[in-house]
Amino acid sequence: MSSSRFIITVIGIDRVGIVAGITAVMARHNVNIVDISQTIMQDLFTMIMLAEVKDKTFDLSAFQHSMTEEGKRLGVEVKVQHEDAFACMHRI
Amino acid sequence: MYAQDLKGEIMLIHPEEILETIQMVTTENLDIRTVTMGINLRDCCHPDIDEFNSNIYEKITTYAKDLVPVTDEISRLYGVPIVNKRISVTPIAIVAEACKCDDYVPIAKTLDKAASKVGVNFIGGFSSLVHKGMTHGDMRLISSIPQALATTEKVCSSVNVATTNAGINMDAVALMGDVIKQTAALTADRNGIGCAKLVVFANAPEDNPFMAGAFHGVGEADRSINVGVSGPGVVNAAVRALKDPTLNEISETIKKTAFKITRMGEKVGREVSSRLNAQFGVLDLSLAPTPAVGDSVAAILEAMGLERCGTHGTTAALAMLNDAVKKGGSMASSSVGGLSGAFIPVSEDAGMIRAVQDGSLSLEKLEAMTSVCSVGLDMIAVPGDTPVSTISAIIADEMAIGMINCKTTAVRLIPVPGRKVGDEVEFGGLLGRAPVMPVNPFSSEKFISRGGKIPAPIQALNN
Repeated sequence: MSSSRFIITVIGIDRVGIVAGITAVMARHNVNIVDISQTIMQDLFTMIMLAEVKDKTFDLSAFQHSMTEEGKRLGVEVKVQHEDAFACMHRI
Repeated sequence: MYAQDLKGEIMLIHPEEILETIQMVTTENLDIRTVTMGINLRDCCHPDIDEFNSNIYEKITTYAKDLVPVTDEISRLYGVPIVNKRISVTPIAIVAEACKCDDYVPIAKTLDKAASKVGVNFIGGFSSLVHKGMTHGDMRLISSIPQALATTEKVCSSVNVATTNAGINMDAVALMGDVIKQTAALTADRNGIGCAKLVVFANAPEDNPFMAGAFHGVGEADRSINVGVSGPGVVNAAVRALKDPTLNEISETIKKTAFKITRMGEKVGREVSSRLNAQFGVLDLSLAPTPAVGDSVAAILEAMGLERCGTHGTTAALAMLNDAVKKGGSMASSSVGGLSGAFIPVSEDAGMIRAVQDGSLSLEKLEAMTSVCSVGLDMIAVPGDTPVSTISAIIADEMAIGMINCKTTAVRLIPVPGRKVGDEVEFGGLLGRAPVMPVNPFSSEKFISRGGKIPAPIQALNN
């Protein structure tokens, strides 16, 4: 593992408050947004964030759990994955 | 999106690439099929079987203590499912040889107990390598197989009866026909499921992570991690997305897809082994189907343009698939090994089952297919009254394909007690369900009863 950076993807039906709800959870867990992109793809709200964690005591499972719960409340699917999962697959 | 690559440089990952990875996992069944820890048991030998059992229990439960929690942690970190955690051990026939006893069933029970303790779903290595001849330990192990598989849940067994360099040990082939029948009989109440945990090999790889044939070879480190990656569903989706492709385009797409899948497996394997302080062994990229719809090797062959898997052209299509998978995989990782290719287990692949039911796929065609893909006649149900010599002869044919082509082949047949051609048997879970297939009714008895060896082929003389 070369960093503590995560790709967060949020996919679902668009509605008011998705960005607010998701970023509030991130703030609570002290997770910083490095880059963010948001678009509507095939009628689905799609938000992708590159997030960084500096906190040494960061608890990934707890963060993933909170994000999933918030996703359920908002009716969207949220995934938190280490950036290496994408870098290894798409870059040599 | 900017992300750091492995050298720490900033680079761009396109949102579409991110979504592609996510789609592979969520809708196309991309998974790491197994993380298998290989454990050397050579330092556990003891003349007293109780001492020996206590040594192997202690070693396995110590070495694999963190296998399941660490693997689950990595699965969460990368967001990719790791379906199975397994253990392979040094072939028991070797390490138990010094035990002063005739029955190795208690050893199988100890392996079962150790596997349960650390939470893995299979433990492989109740195995023996007899391609050139048998020792007393080999004989004891092989005669313990039926009872061992009937009285344990997680133990898997394999016997290597042929290699390109040694030829085929036909005495062992004859014996294994009988062992398979006995194993089926002892698990008759569960459709002969014991046989699903027993593989007969030619040129068995020493680092294969897939069950039921995994064992930890004698040339391996004390502890290693071998990873099996799968993804027929991903390849199937990629091929089906092409618009009127040529075969070259299909091959190219399979290669690229195999590359991506392998890279994910490599990442997982290296991370798991570094956290467990084990040597990273091999990455086995095998298209291993599951009963899930679309997660099927037959479906890929049909996507190439065959009306039904098993029809004329199937062997050619499979040869191209298998080769493209290997090429993509070998570019993606320097550690590709094990079986690496396409698996064609009938009971585990919804497309194969349909092809058999529709009369398109026969045992003979499956045998032809095994000459161009990894493994062999896998998870095939045959009538319960199939003669022992016929089972041995089916094994002999498959071993010959492996021996002559310098490749691994295997046989995992289930002569289902009391069942006839056309019946269907349910094994449950990943093992799926199998239609009982007909075998050739003419006898092979005299050929098998001759015994002895089929000498090593001319290919063996390569020094």
